[in-house]
Amino acid sequence: MAALTDLTLTETVKGLRTGEFSSMELTQAYLERIDQLEPKLHAFISLTPDKALAQAKAADKRLKSAGDKQLPPLLGLPIAVKDVLSVEGIRATSGSRILENFIPPFSATAVQRLLDAGVVILGKTNTDEFAMGSSTENSAFGTTHNPWNLERVPGGSSGGSAAAVAARLAPVALGTDTGGSVRQPASFCGVTGFKPTYGRISRYGLIAYGSSLDSVGALGRSAQDLAELFSIMAGFDKLDATSMDLPVPDMHLNADVDIKGLRVGVPEEYFIKGIQTEVEEAVRAAVSELENLGAQVRQVSLPHTEYAVPVYYIIAPAEASANLARFDGVRYGLRVESEDIIDMFKETRGSGFGSEVKRRIMLGTYALSAGYYDAYYGQAQKVRALIKRDFEQAFEQVDVIAAPVAPTTAFTIGEHSGDPLSMYLEDVFTLPANLAGIPGIAFPVGFDSDNLPIGMQLMGSHFQEETLFRAAHAYQSASDWHTKAPAVG
Amino acid sequence: MPKYEAVIGLETHIQLNTNTKIFCSCKADSWKVEPNTNICPVCSGLPGVLPVLNKSVVEKSVLLAAALNAEIQEKSFFDRKNYFYPDLPKGYQISQYDLPIATGGHLDIPLPEDQSSRVTITKMHFEEDAGKTKLENGRRLVDFNRCGVPLVEVVTGPDMHSADEAAQYLIRLRQLVRWLGISEGNMEKGHVRSDVNISIRKEGEDMLNTKTEIKNVNSIDAVRTAAAKEIERQIKVIEAGGEVEAWTLDWDEDTETLQKMRSKESEADYRYFKDPDLLPVIMDAAWREEILAELPELPLERRARFIEQYQLPVYDADILTNERSLSDYYETANAAYAGDPKRVSNWIMNDILRLINENEIPAGELKITPANLAEIIKMVDEKTINTSTGKALLEKVEASGKSPKEIVQAEGLAQVSDVDAIKEICAQVAAENPDQVAEYKGGKEAVMGWFVGQIMQKSRGKADPNLAREILKDLLAE
Repeated sequence: MAALTDLTLTETVKGLRTGEFSSMELTQAYLERIDQLEPKLHAFISLTPDKALAQAKAADKRLKSAGDKQLPPLLGLPIAVKDVLSVEGIRATSGSRILENFIPPFSATAVQRLLDAGVVILGKTNTDEFAMGSSTENSAFGTTHNPWNLERVPGGSSGGSAAAVAARLAPVALGTDTGGSVRQPASFCGVTGFKPTYGRISRYGLIAYGSSLDSVGALGRSAQDLAELFSIMAGFDKLDATSMDLPVPDMHLNADVDIKGLRVGVPEEYFIKGIQTEVEEAVRAAVSELENLGAQVRQVSLPHTEYAVPVYYIIAPAEASANLARFDGVRYGLRVESEDIIDMFKETRGSGFGSEVKRRIMLGTYALSAGYYDAYYGQAQKVRALIKRDFEQAFEQVDVIAAPVAPTTAFTIGEHSGDPLSMYLEDVFTLPANLAGIPGIAFPVGFDSDNLPIGMQLMGSHFQEETLFRAAHAYQSASDWHTKAPAVG
Repeated sequence: MPKYEAVIGLETHIQLNTNTKIFCSCKADSWKVEPNTNICPVCSGLPGVLPVLNKSVVEKSVLLAAALNAEIQEKSFFDRKNYFYPDLPKGYQISQYDLPIATGGHLDIPLPEDQSSRVTITKMHFEEDAGKTKLENGRRLVDFNRCGVPLVEVVTGPDMHSADEAAQYLIRLRQLVRWLGISEGNMEKGHVRSDVNISIRKEGEDMLNTKTEIKNVNSIDAVRTAAAKEIERQIKVIEAGGEVEAWTLDWDEDTETLQKMRSKESEADYRYFKDPDLLPVIMDAAWREEILAELPELPLERRARFIEQYQLPVYDADILTNERSLSDYYETANAAYAGDPKRVSNWIMNDILRLINENEIPAGELKITPANLAEIIKMVDEKTINTSTGKALLEKVEASGKSPKEIVQAEGLAQVSDVDAIKEICAQVAAENPDQVAEYKGGKEAVMGWFVGQIMQKSRGKADPNLAREILKDLLAE
């Protein structure tokens, strides 16, 4: 038998049900692997072994005493949670000194739904501070290393979750995606990651970065595994006014998913100069594979793609400048005492926030200022509408759009850290989905010559997540890139 | 010295009387509640929380908008108003900025002799209240209970020209919100708080000069006093050859003084933008109709109708329509009485109002019902009881909650109108008081009042005094 930590979510849940192994054994196996690899990877900000074992013990008790049918679907399954999502009683730093000791008194809705489904929480994973970054280098608690090559970044901001899943420190992990923060690290670490439609999964308890862009997603070994999580987390939440009251498909993907006739669009604007050749080749090969499986491939155009970076880097910082105003030292988190209240605000925020966060707060403040609003924020909103329309028009012709996730494979730690603009350009292929509010799924489609994973993303129309999961699952049923594991060391 | 005229516009925050706060399920009312006990993660701005709109805030605001003849917008938005202050937990206040729930409108202020002045309303929007800070022993303390309490802000044009006019407007606005049942309108609790914008100009001019803004004026009297002081200050500045600067002033309630908070140059840039956490408020025709079905007849309409329909003097109509429950009380009593409407008005203004004031309850909560009142007036009309018994009866009904008839029967209060019975008492009184009889017969007619008093006493108040007077006159004339 394979090691417990090599099992997929589906296999794990089945093993727990049949009593092949207990949640205690499983949780201990993960905790041991974390003990062994965490010093090299630094995927976690907080580990909660005692709580995890207590949850596992309780799960085992239920597994033994109840009949199959009454059991919650994920009972006893260990997961990891990105540190920008609140879990009651476990500190949620968001990768920031300003929340270093903040313990939320409630759980995010997405987390709570998984807890209700029986999961065991191993710990909170590393993230760029307040999810602002594409490499996890902006965490106040140190950089996470890519399990495929420890010199490389895992991507970001959900880099901790991606590294944890890739290195088998957790079967699945929650992430958040504001501008690609699930899909890009999934691609860099060779795992599968999805972002839902904006409004599909409640944002309640997600420590806000860009409120009109933020989404809760997840990373795992396969589309099949993630579909299970999606069905549990998605759906209306009365605590989030932007969550939509629409039915959620209860997806259990099996081997014979058929994508005959699926219309796949390939946007010319995503194969630009500067894209790594091996990335382009792998993505085109994956598109051909979809065609072999019965999909109809055609070219589509998303003409406003080139504006996604400037639009995003106005809107997200503008919203962040307000969202992060609450960290003032008055009620919780870091406080640097001072005689004067205004000085207290300044000192607290000055020493609590890292440089990227400060940069974005300043960018956003500037973009919203009197006299600049129309030229920046107002204009960005107009162009955002055009980007959204590009997709609407494309989805009149195709069911999904296939594209690379990032122009390159995982870059070297420190490579972009001195040049924020070159770092921002890394996000060019992931930002449009957030600006349009559409769902996306990223999954491995090959490796480059440095043995670094290459990812492809499928984007779908609003609330058509099921189409994406089915297409990715069909691909994964016919390929084995997603089963490759790094030899960490 | 030339004559000056003030130009005043008000921004008034009215606290709505919803059950819960605007964006969370905490109670909206935390009057006299221990600091920081009526809060939750949402209203205290914990990381990751989201606002969810209380629909009742929209409904109450729409009622007010309709009553102010404002244009209710089919689509309105929430905006974030960004500034740092320790009592503002999120570092921004959720408000409405350029696309609020209602724009335009007016409120008419009745003046003597059928005149009225019109104050235009430029816009109305809802927003959340902030907390409170205070300094105690050198420490700054913050109470977040008030965070998220729903407010509706009503902004007027620069239409008022004296401190008193500003106060009159507020009196009518407060009357209106209470009438509509959307706010308690309680001054002591700070339910009606105004920012007062003031400039002056020479009488006859129509330009707008540089204005000052007085913040946080928490009662109608304070608005009158603060505005008068600021007008006086501005006149002094101009007369001394100076210029009014665009200051923001703070009104200190305790010392009744104005203090400069900041000048215009240092004013904050609030960096408003649409709050992405909240959807636009869509006021479709169905919802609007549902809300406006609850819109009652308004005080000025009712006042005019009372004058017209019941031929009441303006004075009576004004008092009776001061509060909706009182005017309802009047109309119900009037219908039950089905007689002279002025007679019912008199009883209410003299006696029912006293009960209301003594018990500090609205008319609708009195134990004595409008039907009871009508019954009492009828008994007086029919001479079953006399007026003073009637008035005493009011108090008894209010105290016991029993019907007037029950009390009259149980206590034997019915007036004696039996001529023979009264004759007997008169004869008795005359026989017992020969001296007074002699005085009367000697031409001292004033003694008659004393006689009637004696008769009322002997009859324990039940004799019909007018009848007694007639009988006695006849008797003594013999």
